Amino acid sequence: MIVTILSILLIVTGLVFFLGAAVGLMRFPDFYCRMHAAGKGDTLSSLLVVSGFALYQLNDIRDFPSDWPVLLVILKLLAVVTFIYLTSPTSTSALADAGWEDGIDPVIEPGHENHLEDDCRKPPVSSPQP
Amino acid sequence: MTFEHFAIGTGIVLLFLMIPAMLRIVKGPTALDRIVAVNVIGTKTAVLLVVIGVVFERVEMFVDFALAYALLNFTGSIAAARYLHRAAQRGGDAPTGEEEA
Repeated sequence: MIVTILSILLIVTGLVFFLGAAVGLMRFPDFYCRMHAAGKGDTLSSLLVVSGFALYQLNDIRDFPSDWPVLLVILKLLAVVTFIYLTSPTSTSALADAGWEDGIDPVIEPGHENHLEDDCRKPPVSSPQP
Repeated sequence: MTFEHFAIGTGIVLLFLMIPAMLRIVKGPTALDRIVAVNVIGTKTAVLLVVIGVVFERVEMFVDFALAYALLNFTGSIAAARYLHRAAQRGGDAPTGEEEA
């Protein structure tokens, strides 16, 4: 019973973070802001929801040695969690790098300078010699 | 109210939270906005597959689907990012730059 309540709590928290990611993806003014909201919100909320379902699977273990396939399911769910935890920030970083190289400018408030303007963006390579 | 009802409600909420990402795909001013929104929808789909497995009480089968879907999603977004990165570094007109749609 306490396991079910904990898993419901985890899943509801995850859905709240999913809502935050969706609102941020919709309303932020800038590509980088939207990517920030989408990357962080999606990673954390996927972790919370899948962990909640993995925790709920503990209810199916009634006597241990004969119910070992449930333990395998829990391990697979934790593998999904680990995979999302590793890959979602990686793809977010790669997409932000591609956006920067592609020339998408961040929205800077008037009165502030874009300090990264001349430092990081590589000059376009001239056409390669055959 | 059993846990299955709660799982069905979770799935419906996930489905409705895909709508803003879909709107961002339609609206997004650059191609990378659309790719980010597709990435978000893919992650939500991987979670939704686990929810479907809990509803149908076949988690041991659907969790493999979720893992494969997360892998494909990651590969797709990495490929798109590498493509746009190279296209920008070549300095040519990438077919998907800033397009004022």
